Amino acid sequence: MRMRKVAVVGAGMTKFVRRAQETGKELSWQAARMALESCDLTLDDVEAVCLGTAPDAFDGVHMKGEYLSDGAGAWRKPYMRSYVGGGTGVFVPIQGWYHIASGLFDVVLVVAEEKMSSYYPHAQAAFLTIFDHTTERPLKPNLLWIFALEMNRYMATYGISKRDIALVSVQHKRSAADHPCALLGDRDITIEDVLNSETLAWPVQRLDVSPVSDGAVALVLAAEHVATRVTDKPVWIEGVGWSLDTCHWTNRDLAYPRYVEHAARMAYEMAGVKEPRKEIHIVEPYDPFDYKALHHLEGLQLAERGQAAQLYIDGVAARDGDMPVCPSGGLLGVGNPIAAAGLMKIAELFWQLRGEAGARQVPGWPRRGLAQAWGDLMQVGTVMIMGR
Amino acid sequence: MTANIREFPGTPLSEKDFAEGKILFNYDELRGAFAWDNGIAIGRYLAGLKDGVILGAHCSTCRKTVVPPRIACEWCFRPMQEYVPLGDTGTVSTFSLCYVTWDVRRVTEPEIPAVIEIDGAAPLCGILHLLGEVDPHKVHIGMRVQAVWRPAAEREGAITDILYFKPLEEV
Repeated sequence: MRMRKVAVVGAGMTKFVRRAQETGKELSWQAARMALESCDLTLDDVEAVCLGTAPDAFDGVHMKGEYLSDGAGAWRKPYMRSYVGGGTGVFVPIQGWYHIASGLFDVVLVVAEEKMSSYYPHAQAAFLTIFDHTTERPLKPNLLWIFALEMNRYMATYGISKRDIALVSVQHKRSAADHPCALLGDRDITIEDVLNSETLAWPVQRLDVSPVSDGAVALVLAAEHVATRVTDKPVWIEGVGWSLDTCHWTNRDLAYPRYVEHAARMAYEMAGVKEPRKEIHIVEPYDPFDYKALHHLEGLQLAERGQAAQLYIDGVAARDGDMPVCPSGGLLGVGNPIAAAGLMKIAELFWQLRGEAGARQVPGWPRRGLAQAWGDLMQVGTVMIMGR
Repeated sequence: MTANIREFPGTPLSEKDFAEGKILFNYDELRGAFAWDNGIAIGRYLAGLKDGVILGAHCSTCRKTVVPPRIACEWCFRPMQEYVPLGDTGTVSTFSLCYVTWDVRRVTEPEIPAVIEIDGAAPLCGILHLLGEVDPHKVHIGMRVQAVWRPAAEREGAITDILYFKPLEEV
């Protein structure tokens, strides 16, 4: 396959907050403007716009892509909203990537927005409609169920303790204390705080979960000949991958995310990564729940099955460890405005690989990073590998 | 360039801002009513439930029996037209003790959702349902359970024709 090189040249984001005064359009514009200003481009330079945003039900706005289009800078441009549930945040830059890699466009603006607070009083009830309307919804399921069922299966299969999993939440929330946009950064949180928090759906407790949030993130992607003129520090997109598992989620083993493995292998092959554990220097796995970070590290082949918790215990996953995991603070710490949260991970790699992450900077000027998101009915994996 | 940016956009609001009337907002309720067709395979499944039987579908190419039934095999994409009656017993493959309802009300007695691998279906092929008649703290993965059916006269061809699954043995 002959594909053009694509770089991320600019990034912007809003604060992640529980409820923002700004509308979704306004948040989108703020992030998009910041991304364009960060690389001294204007909307006139942008040839196409990709938008990522999760279910319409949160905003109560149908055709949310069209609704957000003016804020995202899409007026009179080729524009499309993509959506793969929680995986959207890492899929939407993939969509931007193939727009450019294919030769169709040279500069693409990628915007991810989420406003989960509109669903009042709590976005939880909006999730009811993701379950099958005939065979599952009459049982009155809530979103916590699928996480609790998956977490329990994961813990039981590999004999992992709640205490080991709580360490993930502690590390991410502590890391987030250094992120200027974070909603739940907490430098003083302990394992006991997590283990003593309210039990929502055992084994899931309150501090195992990321917060519902509002926020937006934007990136500017450019083809090689533009990127090298715009910046002396382009961050290249080296590999992308995505994969979907069966929607009959009760017909497969929840202990291992095979779809993440498929997506990761696609991305590794494209990036020429043969030994991911040596060649990936920073990883931002999707962490809406603490066990999910571990689950995904295993699917990404960055830990043996059932062994990811050891990375945290040994300090390998720490910001100054051999393979820092979620130096941003992740969804658990920074917040989880669904599509924006995934794109935040790409923005974090962009800043980290340029050495611009401030207090969060991983030492040693890492060369390559991987971000991953996950979603739908626990079935989609989206992966992007970036390097300088 | 987070290190170079001091002020990020975004204005946080709190519940207090609502209570004190500091902000204006527009409240509305969306109402949607739907009648979903069952389709061919789930239609048979529901008819089976009305008769007190859990039906699966068998693919003779892949030699695999799945539940709930479907008209096409995901593995070989061929039609899957043989419906097979399965047992109404199974094994808990995972469960949760849930203290929050779907509309975020707190409850003291937990609901116990579980994935139950149905006897007669391929390994790992189960359905989502609830457990009942059991001490929540004695539920475990691998527990053998059996469906508790609604009385035949009251069944309406719905997943709720099974009230819940209860342990097969004393726990």
